[in-house]
Amino acid sequence: MTFSTTWLWRLVIAVPLAVFVVWALVDNARLFVVTTMNGITLAALYFLVASGFTLVFGLLRNVNLAHGSLYLLGAYVGWVVGDHTGSWFLAVATGFASAALVGLVLQTAVFRFMQGQDLRQTMVTIGLSIVLADIMLWIFGGEIYQFDPPSAIYGGTPLPIVTRYPTYRLVLLATAIVIGVALWFFLNRTRVGMMIRAGVDDRGMLAASGVNVQMVFAITFAIGAGLAGFAGVVGGTALSIAPGEDTRYLLASLVVVIVGGMGSVVGAALGALLIGVAEQMGLAYLPHYGIVVTFVIMALVLAFRPQGILGRPS
Amino acid sequence: MSAAQWRKAMNFSGARDWSGGRVTAPATPLRRAGAAPEAAPSTAMPSVAAALGSIRLRHVVVLAAVLIYPWVATPFFAFQIGGQSLALGLIALSLTFLAGYGGMVSLAQMTVAGIAGYMVAIFGASSVDQISLGWPWWLAVLIALVAATLVATFIGWLSVRTEGIYTIMITLAIGMAFFYLAQQNYAVFNGFQGFQKVAAPVLFGIDWHDAIPFYHLALFWALAGYFFVKYLARAPFGIALQGVRDNARRMSALGYNVTRLRIAAYAVAGFIAAIGGVLMVWYNALITPGSVGTSWLINILIIAVLGGMRHPIGAFIGAIVFVLLQNFAIDLVDRERFNLVIGLVFLVIVLFSPDGLLGWWAHLRRWSGGAGRQARLTGRKST
Repeated sequence: MTFSTTWLWRLVIAVPLAVFVVWALVDNARLFVVTTMNGITLAALYFLVASGFTLVFGLLRNVNLAHGSLYLLGAYVGWVVGDHTGSWFLAVATGFASAALVGLVLQTAVFRFMQGQDLRQTMVTIGLSIVLADIMLWIFGGEIYQFDPPSAIYGGTPLPIVTRYPTYRLVLLATAIVIGVALWFFLNRTRVGMMIRAGVDDRGMLAASGVNVQMVFAITFAIGAGLAGFAGVVGGTALSIAPGEDTRYLLASLVVVIVGGMGSVVGAALGALLIGVAEQMGLAYLPHYGIVVTFVIMALVLAFRPQGILGRPS
Repeated sequence: MSAAQWRKAMNFSGARDWSGGRVTAPATPLRRAGAAPEAAPSTAMPSVAAALGSIRLRHVVVLAAVLIYPWVATPFFAFQIGGQSLALGLIALSLTFLAGYGGMVSLAQMTVAGIAGYMVAIFGASSVDQISLGWPWWLAVLIALVAATLVATFIGWLSVRTEGIYTIMITLAIGMAFFYLAQQNYAVFNGFQGFQKVAAPVLFGIDWHDAIPFYHLALFWALAGYFFVKYLARAPFGIALQGVRDNARRMSALGYNVTRLRIAAYAVAGFIAAIGGVLMVWYNALITPGSVGTSWLINILIIAVLGGMRHPIGAFIGAIVFVLLQNFAIDLVDRERFNLVIGLVFLVIVLFSPDGLLGWWAHLRRWSGGAGRQARLTGRKST
């Protein structure tokens, strides 16, 4: 693409977007700001789910289609613990731990033995997602569960324009930023993180230099799964947990990772922001075609940058 | 499934044709892509004669059995088991074609079929008068087939830009997006309720929704699809497609337009799925977002993998097993636990027999193999 056509495309996207923003602010500033805030906080949740998905994919080349099930599993386990102990923070911790444990078992007992068979691994994750979804439906039934977070992070926070905004959603945003920074720090500044990054670039070379690759794989899968479980409790508190949420967050992870770039954590953050805001805007301004906005973004990215915005060509 | 396994799977049809050394212009296969067997150029005649010559007694027996079946079986077995298996098998066949010969596992085949179903309901007649246009059934079906094929081509155009495992992600995302669209949109798709009373036409004084006529209708299209795929697998287009599956780079170096071949495969598969979709909407007499939900997207993959993607017959074997499980798993386990059963069956197949039931069958023959087969061969010679 030449310089001028690139700019042409940028204009084609940017001008209608700017016109929309100006119109929306003039028309109903409060609605626009609330929708944007909702979009950003939803993006925070999507980032938590998708970062684990992209991490696992980047290193293990395993498209974990059971990622949504791990989200729901973490949420349910967290709910049971929270219900018994009354501690929301314990619920979050067990949500992470339970999903991480399942991920660890899956990697060491199943996926380890089909290294390099991408399609077969993906099919196994599909089978697992069906089985897990049905077992959870069996145990927890079709009811909707809700968490009881500490009152300090519940309620409203006064803000300009929107007057009051749910505190918990702001906490969610802060949590996602903290997790994102921690993940960046872990990947870029620790020894294991360095091994993971090296593995993403060249698995064979990493093994050849004497690193126990299987252990690195297991750790990555556990962290990726754990993040899904963590998001399950955190997201379940913001919204609610019910059967069917697994496919919803699987779709979110898929789209976020396709848009942001597969295997890139920063890409997941960018993709989550784009998709989260687009989804809320779609729901607010085009109630019957909301999903189309998300789909159009995905199609545009695939058409012009198949590897995703920050993805590297395979 | 590794590349080596795919390659092994293709040996039954591809290898000989390759060693024959096709040196014709690379552009020809594309032009033949959409051609039905009967419309094929005259060079196809010898192969038709050869195909007739290769008919064995078992083929005749199987054909007679599937033709007579609905009169022998109860209406329930003819319609719910037979008719549904054939319609679902046709949709799974489109995936077998795409995955087995093209190496592209698309999870959006049920979406394509569902779009055909929705089009039949929107342009034809249903209980939702304010949306359904009530046009004649043949026109609605025509529009449905064209629209679904176009959508399939578009899905192909989007997803062939990336390779391998990405395809499954992208097609799944597209399929799920369509499900949510159908669910939240009331103007076109009538939202959560969908369309009821989408009647099969009454033609020649026969109500095609009746058990035996529907079975034969589904059987006709299933056979047509089966032989179409078998023909395509040996046609230049199919051979080129298998070449792309095994080594896209080399095919591209040979002068084939890999992207166009792949998109053409999506279009062909989409057309097959669309026919299956029309049959399914007539079978169910309704279409709702649930018909194109995630579980059904995945069920089509389960059916194709269950039967095995080595051969087009696998799709129908998988469909029969799936439908039988769906109807009778209730007797074995709790009524609500069908998903658990089918999920576990799928896991067992994927973990222990990547080639599906056909793989087990081949394994069994090899195992019972050597001596028995030798005897049969010599026996045939002596007679």
